[in-house]
Amino acid sequence: MNPRPDDFQLIDEIAGSAEISRLTTTWSNPSGFWARLSNVDHKIIGRRYIITAFVFLALGGLLSLAMRLQLSQPEARFISADRYNQLFTMHGSNMMFLFAVPVMEAMAVFLVPLMVGTRNIAFPRLNAFSYWLFVAGGLLLWGAFLIDMGPDVGWFAYVPLSGPQYASGKRADIWAQMITFTEISALCVAVEIVVTVFKQRAPGMSLDRIPLFVWSMVVTAFLIILAMPAIMVASTALILDRLVGTHFFNPAQGGDVLLWQHLFWFFGHPEVYIIFLPAVGMVSTIVATFARRPVFGYLGMVAALIATGMLAFGLWVHHMFVAGLPRLGESFFTASSMAIAVPAGIQIFCWLATLWDGRPVFKTPLLFVIGFIVTFVMGGLTGVMVASVPFDTQVHDTYFVVAHFHYVLIGGAVFPLLGAVYYWFPKITGRMMSERLGRVVFWLVFVGFHMTFFPMHILGVMGMPRRVYTYQPELPWAALNLFVSLSSVVLALGFLVFFIDVIRSARSGAPAGPNPWQAFSLEWATASPPPPYNFVHIPVVESREPLWMQRDHFPVAEGVRFDRRELIVSGVVAAEPQARESSVGHSIWPFWAAVTTSIMLVWSIFSPWAVVWGSIPVAITLIGWFWPKGTPEDEA
Amino acid sequence: MKAVVTVDVADLPLHGSGSKSPSWWGTAAFMLIEGTGFALALVVYFYLMSVAPTWPLEAKLPDLLPGTVLTLILLASLLPNIWVARAAKRNDLRKVRIGLILMTVAGIAPLAVRPFEFAAMHIKWDGNAYGSVTWLLLGLHTTHLVTDLIETIVLSCLMFTRHGDNPRRYGDVQDNAMYWNFVVLTWLPIYVSLYWVPRL
Repeated sequence: MNPRPDDFQLIDEIAGSAEISRLTTTWSNPSGFWARLSNVDHKIIGRRYIITAFVFLALGGLLSLAMRLQLSQPEARFISADRYNQLFTMHGSNMMFLFAVPVMEAMAVFLVPLMVGTRNIAFPRLNAFSYWLFVAGGLLLWGAFLIDMGPDVGWFAYVPLSGPQYASGKRADIWAQMITFTEISALCVAVEIVVTVFKQRAPGMSLDRIPLFVWSMVVTAFLIILAMPAIMVASTALILDRLVGTHFFNPAQGGDVLLWQHLFWFFGHPEVYIIFLPAVGMVSTIVATFARRPVFGYLGMVAALIATGMLAFGLWVHHMFVAGLPRLGESFFTASSMAIAVPAGIQIFCWLATLWDGRPVFKTPLLFVIGFIVTFVMGGLTGVMVASVPFDTQVHDTYFVVAHFHYVLIGGAVFPLLGAVYYWFPKITGRMMSERLGRVVFWLVFVGFHMTFFPMHILGVMGMPRRVYTYQPELPWAALNLFVSLSSVVLALGFLVFFIDVIRSARSGAPAGPNPWQAFSLEWATASPPPPYNFVHIPVVESREPLWMQRDHFPVAEGVRFDRRELIVSGVVAAEPQARESSVGHSIWPFWAAVTTSIMLVWSIFSPWAVVWGSIPVAITLIGWFWPKGTPEDEA
Repeated sequence: MKAVVTVDVADLPLHGSGSKSPSWWGTAAFMLIEGTGFALALVVYFYLMSVAPTWPLEAKLPDLLPGTVLTLILLASLLPNIWVARAAKRNDLRKVRIGLILMTVAGIAPLAVRPFEFAAMHIKWDGNAYGSVTWLLLGLHTTHLVTDLIETIVLSCLMFTRHGDNPRRYGDVQDNAMYWNFVVLTWLPIYVSLYWVPRL
């Protein structure tokens, strides 16, 4: 199977120009200030989401450069201890809650509806609401930081440090309420993804024909649904302890500090997989496209995704090995922490087999995948090391752990994400990114990353604790720290070139055409960028790689109305068409609902009555949102 | 590659009911989220109980009467709830209107009893961790009672307007009924945990 480029110039001659213009009118994205705030097109919102998340990545990166400046020499005086505490707390919270989770969901918001062959995401207004709430959460965190109110209790905000006794002021509350914002928005997107994939797949896309990226996002969405309530219960209890004097975490009144750690890590460990599984889906997609053959072991890959998702809930205690828990419990969690290496191994071997058997084309996206495999395997190996209680006791809270989780997070998620940006950028913008700059970016980021983070393993073994704002000259850490700080500049330079390439290519990159990589999945069966309605006719799926298997004809469905926003709802298992369901149009109400919700949430940092009075405008905006307007979409 | 029509969906209905509808799945997904929240709040309750020397912690046993009355009201409300869901399934506008009014009353009644339940705990939220977690459980459930009541009232108003007689609205009524079942069923383990577990 060696597809020729012209195989993929899809010609849809069934619809006449009058029909296409009606479709364009029905699904149009009007311009103007209020119209933009009202937009519910998943591609527009997905694009905003991705850009916003990358802005937070850049801001979080600047924080880490500031930290590296301070640590570049012993007893440096660039940054005070208090500011440094804010820096590492902001860096971690920002990267986890404002970058990593949102950016993965954002990619899904853009791609999943296209990949399953539908016209818009399920619950498009919820999608808009989710975006605005995410922005508000980011503004809250960064606004607080700008007025020296940034949280300073670490990204996991352990009590009692974050409790009313030790964390005066509102800094810890800002952290806890930022959690509420980002978790609500993440949960909304998770629901949209589940329902889009369950009910809006193109006719014929049975469970065993779902693209692996979509599978990975479904599993991720379920992890979000089952894990994020834990952090919301935890952060709510923390705010209550701080604001109205409850005693959840106060041992003097029957509370318990370890309860916080259990709740936090019951969320926090699945969180790692919430970030990692989408990356796995991206890697599977890129590997198949550039190896020029379907991924080896599709069934095994899907099983591994689901197994990882389930095991993710049995690992949280390995973050608490030094908290003094019963021996048997620790042994159980050691075993499960090692067990999760099995599905991870299955996936790695399937990718290697795919590359081995295929004819790999080493374009930039595939380079990042190779970088991912190398780096993630190293991070996985240190993961197996810290899964052992005696070893973990030695390196807990040292730079060894910092090195380990940057290997799995940057190696395991950011590398595939950068590859995914190079891969899907042509679909999102209609223009190619630079292959030449892409190679520069890859090598700067790859080499800069390893030079920055590998020495941290050694620093950790040498006893350097994390979260210290400085260290004494007598300690043997200075040379390595200087090396790390200089290397971080190389890494930052890589990201700078990446951002330059993105902006430059968006303006003047070479036109991409519908399917520049000769890829296999449905998002490539439409123009780049896709029109607001995604496909003129909703595709019909007859195989797992529709654009590779169907050489001369492209099956589509007819009978969906063009004069209202309509799409096909299909069965969960076999994706047989069940109804022609409408999809709601643009609305300003989700924006106002996000504004009123934000006011209530920020107000409630200061007064419990905000929940009572603040919920009235929220209710009004929600009623305005749901009240039928007599549009054609309301017909049934 | 040319587009070729292989499936024609023109004859399909404009709205699928029950589990054919995306909003049914959306409601189910939100129930899963909130159900997880309830389960975790109960985990907190039992965790705090496990580290406490006595339970209730420095408080009298909760009075059984208000909680039990509320439980009975909630269980009784399932009857009109199932009735209105069936009427909605048959697109029977008159019965749906009557049923929604009944359900509005059935939604207000437990809220009239709930304040006595807080009092029946014999401790406030800031008394100790036992007070905190009991008030958290009651508060969390009360929030669900209030939000579903508001939803029911809005739906009732809607069904008396020109927008009412529409399969999509009947679907909303069914989803709302499903959600009320959820609010009732999640109460049962909370009721047992708050009132009977301390008596074991």
